[in-house]
Amino acid sequence: MAGLTLASPSAERRGYSPWRETWRRYRRHRPAVISAVLLLLLIAAVVIGPFIWRVSISDIDVVAGLQGPSLAHPFGTDDLGQDLLARMIYGGRISLAVGLAAMLVSVFVGTLIGALAGMSRGALGYALMWLTDLFLSLPQLPLLLMLIYLFRDGLKALFGPEGGIFILIVLVIGGLRWMPVARLVRAQFLSLREKEFVEAARALGASPVRQVVRHILPNALGPVIIAGTIDVAAAIIAESTLSFLGLGFPPDTPTWGRILYDAKDFLDIGPHWALFPGGAIFIAVVAINFIGDGLRDALDARKVI
Amino acid sequence: MTFAFIRCAICRQNGGRFQGPPQTHVSRTEGTMFDNNLRGMIDDVKDGRMDRRAFVKRMIAVGLTAPMANQILAIGGVAMAQSPNPYKPTKRGGGGPLKLLWWQGPTLLNPHFATGTKDQDGSRIFYEPLASWDVDGHLNPILAAEIPSIQNGGLSADAKQVIWKLKPGVKWHDGKPVTADDLVFNWEYASDPATAAVSIETYSGLTVEKIDDLTIRITFKKPTPFWANAFVGAYGCVIPKHLFADYKGGKSREAPNNLKPVGTGPYKFVEFKPGDLIRGEINPDYHMANRPSFDTIEMKGGGDAVSAARAVIQTGEYDFAWNIQVEDEVLQRLEKGGKGKALFAVGGDIEFIAINFTDPNTEVDGERSSIKTKHPILSDPKVRQALALLVDRDSVKKAIYGRAGRTTANYLNGPEEFVSKNTKWEFSVEKASALLEQAGWKLGSDGIREKDGKKLKLLYQTSINGPRQKTQAIVKQACQKAGIDVELKSVVASVFFSSDVANPDTYAHFYADIEMFQIPMTQPDPALHMRRYHSRNIATKENKWQGPNFPRWANKEFDAAVDAADTETDPIKRADLYIKGNDLMWQDNVMIPVMHRLAVEASSNTLRPALSGWANQTDNLQDWYRET
Amino acid sequence: MSQYILRRLMIAIPSLLGISLVLFVVLALAPGDPFSELATNPNVPPEVQAALRAKFGLDDPIYLRYLHWIAAMAHGDWGFSFVSRVDVDTLILQRLPTTLYVVGSSQLLALLIAIPVGVYAATRPYSLFDQLANTFAFIGFSLPTFFTGILFILVFSVKLDWLPFVYTSVPGSGIPWLLEMVRQAIMPVMVLGLFQAASMTRFVRSAMLDVIRLDYVTTARAKGLGQAKVIVKHVMRNAMIPVVTLIALQMPAVFGGAIVTEQIFRIPGIGSLLISSILANDTPVVMAVTFVFACLVVLFNLIADVLYGWLDPRISFR
Repeated sequence: MAGLTLASPSAERRGYSPWRETWRRYRRHRPAVISAVLLLLLIAAVVIGPFIWRVSISDIDVVAGLQGPSLAHPFGTDDLGQDLLARMIYGGRISLAVGLAAMLVSVFVGTLIGALAGMSRGALGYALMWLTDLFLSLPQLPLLLMLIYLFRDGLKALFGPEGGIFILIVLVIGGLRWMPVARLVRAQFLSLREKEFVEAARALGASPVRQVVRHILPNALGPVIIAGTIDVAAAIIAESTLSFLGLGFPPDTPTWGRILYDAKDFLDIGPHWALFPGGAIFIAVVAINFIGDGLRDALDARKVI
Repeated sequence: MTFAFIRCAICRQNGGRFQGPPQTHVSRTEGTMFDNNLRGMIDDVKDGRMDRRAFVKRMIAVGLTAPMANQILAIGGVAMAQSPNPYKPTKRGGGGPLKLLWWQGPTLLNPHFATGTKDQDGSRIFYEPLASWDVDGHLNPILAAEIPSIQNGGLSADAKQVIWKLKPGVKWHDGKPVTADDLVFNWEYASDPATAAVSIETYSGLTVEKIDDLTIRITFKKPTPFWANAFVGAYGCVIPKHLFADYKGGKSREAPNNLKPVGTGPYKFVEFKPGDLIRGEINPDYHMANRPSFDTIEMKGGGDAVSAARAVIQTGEYDFAWNIQVEDEVLQRLEKGGKGKALFAVGGDIEFIAINFTDPNTEVDGERSSIKTKHPILSDPKVRQALALLVDRDSVKKAIYGRAGRTTANYLNGPEEFVSKNTKWEFSVEKASALLEQAGWKLGSDGIREKDGKKLKLLYQTSINGPRQKTQAIVKQACQKAGIDVELKSVVASVFFSSDVANPDTYAHFYADIEMFQIPMTQPDPALHMRRYHSRNIATKENKWQGPNFPRWANKEFDAAVDAADTETDPIKRADLYIKGNDLMWQDNVMIPVMHRLAVEASSNTLRPALSGWANQTDNLQDWYRET
Repeated sequence: MSQYILRRLMIAIPSLLGISLVLFVVLALAPGDPFSELATNPNVPPEVQAALRAKFGLDDPIYLRYLHWIAAMAHGDWGFSFVSRVDVDTLILQRLPTTLYVVGSSQLLALLIAIPVGVYAATRPYSLFDQLANTFAFIGFSLPTFFTGILFILVFSVKLDWLPFVYTSVPGSGIPWLLEMVRQAIMPVMVLGLFQAASMTRFVRSAMLDVIRLDYVTTARAKGLGQAKVIVKHVMRNAMIPVVTLIALQMPAVFGGAIVTEQIFRIPGIGSLLISSILANDTPVVMAVTFVFACLVVLFNLIADVLYGWLDPRISFR
């Protein structure tokens, strides 16, 4: 009932397209706006950073190891004396790109499969749920080792070392994390597709695609957005484990997850080492979360701001 | 479940723990003169003109280790002395619980199935060999009544026979007596291929026969200068015939006592959970006086090395932790807390970068790194020499190994009499660059050298392990400064060290230009260590990459030296042959040594563990006690 | 409904067979060796390693190995571990109680935190309580458990010396033993429970927010029902669908263990057995654990579907 009464008026308001309406609503969400700015700043920092902070990421100076923040090294150094600021900037590019891209893959795949399974009342639904169950049951480590064994050389030849590895990582992380999203979306769909407003739309002759895109999906977005933001954090951490399996970037490439992992044994000797990557991941996660919240409020037709 | 776990699980080192000799620090003297003196001295000891302790001291002074000195005496016809570990408790038991932390928990308790040293350590709590290497590096009789010697008739002068006598009155934990039949059975059991025993090699090439209830004779097929292998140390542990006789060969896995050991050791079995926990209680009928000191023993497995060090050194939750492979900086920091300390034992373990002499990028008859090819870059001795100049061993020591490592130019670092003094190493980017220039590698516009339009680019692989990835970073940086582009690759240890024929990522396939790992010395003798690199042992597709010569290095002089050393019974000549082998490897830069690694243990301040560079950690467990 | 459940159970058999086949192929193709520790031991020539491989059938073709496995499974034979040469079911049963205790408690803790906090935060969106809850949740899932575990150890074991951080399952009885069992589980349960609670809180909050704005809730309020009654009776039941989904996703882990946490605190659970078996390529153990895990995944998926029908009677399964 709620959907029925509210799905229409926004479209009919004069001079407002749905997208502008969404944007208007989004701007009202203060934390979301601040977070969007913050995330853009973070991205700008890692993109422009290397041109301003020109210290090498790999210069080793074992004498100057584990130093706290100073003028020469604003973020301090790690145990090999490598400059942490330079490594954080360099690693931020990879971590943010991998985190966001892998999140998009997992959310897209998860939503697609969940929606199809949720709408289908026949064999397709069962098949897709079987696929989800299968992926949930697969032990990830042997799977990854198998992928390396079967595909690494081929992908390297196909896409070149850098691009190929990025694609591989994003696909692997996204491909192993879509299942909760699919289950959540399917559960929402099972419930929503029986709701009055969907029935009404069906009665009015809306095609299944229109039912999904215009009526059901916007109402199922809540858990999807939460899952997406959690996935960003998980993907940043997961990337560091992949590089350790020889599947990811070479072992000397710093990324946020990797720096955090390397720092863990030195937590009581050089806490600064863990503080910066941990803080950076936290800031990115918070920003993405609030952006997600803002988006949901903006897309949620029921809420009038 | 995220896959964040993967890394912490993998940074565990691949198995091997090592034993090696306690080292001395005196230079070696000229061979021949020494040789004559030696024979005189052995006679002096024999006739009582010289004290055996004085002999051992003199040997150490000329660079021999105590065990080798004792073996020389033994072959020369002098009985080995028994030097018990310092042991203060005056009664059995009363020492309370002993809590050990093995961050890789033992997974099985049959010494003949012991895959890694963790399993050997666990089995050793309950099972015992005839003798083990003690703190001073002597053979210490455990189940044996005495150590074989020519004087007591235990050894033959041709190094082809050993006679062992059992201590009378020793009983298994179930009360049955230990007899020569048990020893013969162990040989039959382990040498039967159907048993699938890991100790098979220790018991092949020899026969064991019973002389009387307490005596056996070992006969070697060919002269074996290092005779103390079967029935000695980790794979020498003896299992009871009466419980395992029905489970020899194909049924070996079904023996119920695989999980419930009944041995002769200082502690009796209570509980075993594979990979997690071993518990034992004092053996009130133990065959050594006043031993053991502790009432119960617990060996807890799992976790990682850093937190194991914390549990012993920082919080004191445990008494002893095994194999603490942690950056020395972290250890020193933990030690400031003061409940425990790190202990170091010198062995012959060597961490090295091996050079591929064949071409990993060209396939010949379905095989890369084929012996029919030559490495396009590294077959040039100048490039290999330059690479050796680019390994900054001091920085590696400072940043990673600290007290747990020694810089070295040698592949063979122990026992001391086998260590070459003819070699040296240095770190110099300038000299390396100059050598590369001479070899025709000119700097390109991107800072990478090139020759005939080909870039100087190397693939550097190793197993996944924290210190190894740091070493890779240090070496890579120096190489970059000299104009070499190094691509790093790391492989999960269980893959890197597997014998999987189909997998190209194993160290034996060596589908890379250089690779780094560690080879332990499990005995105070270099024979097995050096025989690997004989040209007949080159790893090929034909031998399913089982040939242990993975650098695929072939050198006739080296082959001859190693072959001669195998049957040379004169210890001095034998040592010279191995030194020659080491020097040939150094000249050719087959292996670039990174670090001579020491075994590191963590112990509570009050515990007095009897550790030896020659043995596994629990090999002298009966002598452990707590200072009050 | 019972007919529906019966049908789903019938479908489960072939689908589990299919899953087992895929699992087996993945494990067989994944490279590695249970005997890699032997590789650098000069006392053991490589032939021994290769002979062991052959003896345990690792060099046989995959389809043969699978047929052997499935035939043995049909007789209830789980095989034996290549590494410890112990029967797989013995190994699993040894570790199951610890996993159920530790992981079960942490899941319970996560639910006990997430549901009240999430519900309360949703009733007062953007209040101070909501903001605090959100911030803690963000910290909770930005920091991986390998990190928080060590942080907890440093604070509660090393600095304060309150809690032990090595978990031992020594048998015993009596109150002091029981207390010790509880004490050593506190840190792992907290680390795991808080990590789970963080994301779960966000989901509960979001699910509540979705429902709380619906018209029928407003209607219920307008009828003069008390706030608490509205929340519990009208909102929560409808908001529970995503929450039930998440719990169903998590439940198999109560059997499967928590690998990182078990590793850090040396908890002898299924998770640490799984990871060490995977690293050692101990296929029979990995296969058994993952297959039981797969059965639980399928089972809890079915349970979740049945619960959906109960939570929202309009959902129909045919």
